[in-house]
Amino acid sequence: MTEFVQLLTPEGERVEHPDYDYRGGPDQIRSLYRDMVLVRRFDTEATALQRHGELGIWAPLVGQEAAQVGAGRALRAQDHVFPTYREHGVAWCRGVDPLQLLSLFRGIDYGSWDPVETGFQLYTLVIGAQTLHAVGYAMGVQRDGAVGTGDHGRDTAVVAHFGDGATSQGDVNEAFVFAASYQAPVVFFCQNNQYAISEPLERQSRIPLYRRAEGFGFPGVQVDGNDVLATQAVMQTALDRARDGGGPTLVEAYTYRMGAHTTTDDPTRYRLSDEVEHWKLKDPLARVEAYLRRNGFASDDYFAELTAEADALGERIRAGVKRLAEPTAHQLFDRVYAEISDELAAQRDGYDAYLATFEGAAS
Amino acid sequence: MITLAKALNAGLRKAMENDSKVVLMGEDIGRLGGVFRITDGLQKDFGEDRVVDTPLAESGIVGSAVGLALRGYRPVVEIQFDGFVYPAYDQIVNQVAKMHFRTGGKLSMPMVIRIPFAGGIGAVEHHSESPEAQFAHTPGLKVVACSNPVDAYWMIQQAIAEPDPVIFLEPKRLYHSDKAELDPGVPPVPLFSSRVVRPGEDLTVLAYGPTVKTALTAAAAAEREGTSLEVIDLRTLSPLDLAPVFASVRRTGRAVVVHEAHVSFGVGAEVAARITEECFHSLEAPVLRVGGFDTPYPPARAEEHFLPDLDRLLDAVDRSVAW
Repeated sequence: MTEFVQLLTPEGERVEHPDYDYRGGPDQIRSLYRDMVLVRRFDTEATALQRHGELGIWAPLVGQEAAQVGAGRALRAQDHVFPTYREHGVAWCRGVDPLQLLSLFRGIDYGSWDPVETGFQLYTLVIGAQTLHAVGYAMGVQRDGAVGTGDHGRDTAVVAHFGDGATSQGDVNEAFVFAASYQAPVVFFCQNNQYAISEPLERQSRIPLYRRAEGFGFPGVQVDGNDVLATQAVMQTALDRARDGGGPTLVEAYTYRMGAHTTTDDPTRYRLSDEVEHWKLKDPLARVEAYLRRNGFASDDYFAELTAEADALGERIRAGVKRLAEPTAHQLFDRVYAEISDELAAQRDGYDAYLATFEGAAS
Repeated sequence: MITLAKALNAGLRKAMENDSKVVLMGEDIGRLGGVFRITDGLQKDFGEDRVVDTPLAESGIVGSAVGLALRGYRPVVEIQFDGFVYPAYDQIVNQVAKMHFRTGGKLSMPMVIRIPFAGGIGAVEHHSESPEAQFAHTPGLKVVACSNPVDAYWMIQQAIAEPDPVIFLEPKRLYHSDKAELDPGVPPVPLFSSRVVRPGEDLTVLAYGPTVKTALTAAAAAEREGTSLEVIDLRTLSPLDLAPVFASVRRTGRAVVVHEAHVSFGVGAEVAARITEECFHSLEAPVLRVGGFDTPYPPARAEEHFLPDLDRLLDAVDRSVAW
């Protein structure tokens, strides 16, 4: 795969690209690195918490930190994100508390963060369904006159996240059609992590995914999804294009799911350890660390402090997950409609009365 | 005097005038005015941003309407024919219906999905279906069916004003037939209420959508035979408004439910169960159901066998009375 945009090699060398450039300095790169380190730590803790029985399931993002942090950090406050269920790195960039993600995977709720405040919608588990929501939201942005005004604080882009498997879904293809038809300010960000659970990319597509865009009538770009600088640069361009009224872009972030699909998955049944070892050499964090160290942009102290910060985050997560409040039965009934129906109120009251029949039940 | 189609058009127009966030979406609803002309003239008056001709993809329409609603709009989606709602079924059941619940009540989904439903128009396959039970079975959705022009005018506006998603069923074979006097000065009844449309003494007939007319015709015929039928237009299928039904059945002791949808697991089954639970001691006969058979909707020349008509309804009335 030599087609993709790359600005930082796996060895940590900055390279030029004719169309894309990362303009941030060492401060910004350290900041991106920090996000990736903390997100990886959070992800590792979550996997461990699942193994300890504290979470029902976890969908690890390990390996995809650069794709997600690169995409997340390219956003402006007014932009709006429609994630899959693995967008922990983007959630982090949007200010969603990791404990709120754990709350979902613990089985307490379906997502407790505020989608309006964070500009980050709830996780969507039906594959690809959220891409249409993103396009509709972008159509609303157009109707609000928040595209192409030249006002940086107003012009808004929407990001639809999905994976390689989702590109086979009808909804994703319909989202491409609608977005092209209305020139909606949306960026389709596909993390091609090579596997839809067990099925390799070849089962979904005979051509590189980004090239599908051409058939729908908008540009497609493939970026090294393990290169946080390239991902942010490519996303910035695509987002600007959307905000300026230029319409949709498909960005394929070429990456690799280093871990299992979820904690119930066993990837040894469908891929060779050789392959995983090969991708370890392209680790998204290692190349940034190499770059920072080689150029003297970060000292040992910096890395030690970051490790301490990650340790503290891990501590907070481990303690916090056990303190999350359990859901109540009343929440079931009270949130189905804006106002509870008589029928549901009767079911709720009936259940209350039933519970009250147990010995020692609170009155 | 106004037809049901024109009443819907007038109601949609009124809703669009009252709230600039109302956006209509669907196939052929703009320039053409919809295949049934329900949105006739609206794109000309409100523009292409508010009356949106969409690509031909039902899941795409409903899915993008979800996004519009999340951005603060009130999308009103037209599904061209009942049988074409199924490509959007996932978006409706998994996304539209659950959004309020899954966000812990933080977000709402004020969307109306209009579906011309039921048969009797001699149409080809997939154009005459009655899918209401599938949506009434889905928590988070509200389901209503209009049966006459006056209700159509008010109910569409009330549905659009709802904070929750509403499946709005329109009896397509009545679109251009019976006319009624519409006086916008007369206030409407609440959306989620059933209504006695003909008082009677001997038996309660429950109907909605196209079968209300069938029930009223049957009631007129039965009266000539000396049987007095009370006809209730359910109007709302989710939530059900059964208090008036229980009051009626406690008086008459007998009930027959009539709908075009397949009888098994249908709205009639639910209503019969509820009546049995609430009015057991008042019942003189089991609640009977008349409806479409448990077959796919038949070809046009056989639909008379499938559709519950006056005679099949009266046959059920006779069986109930003779119990």
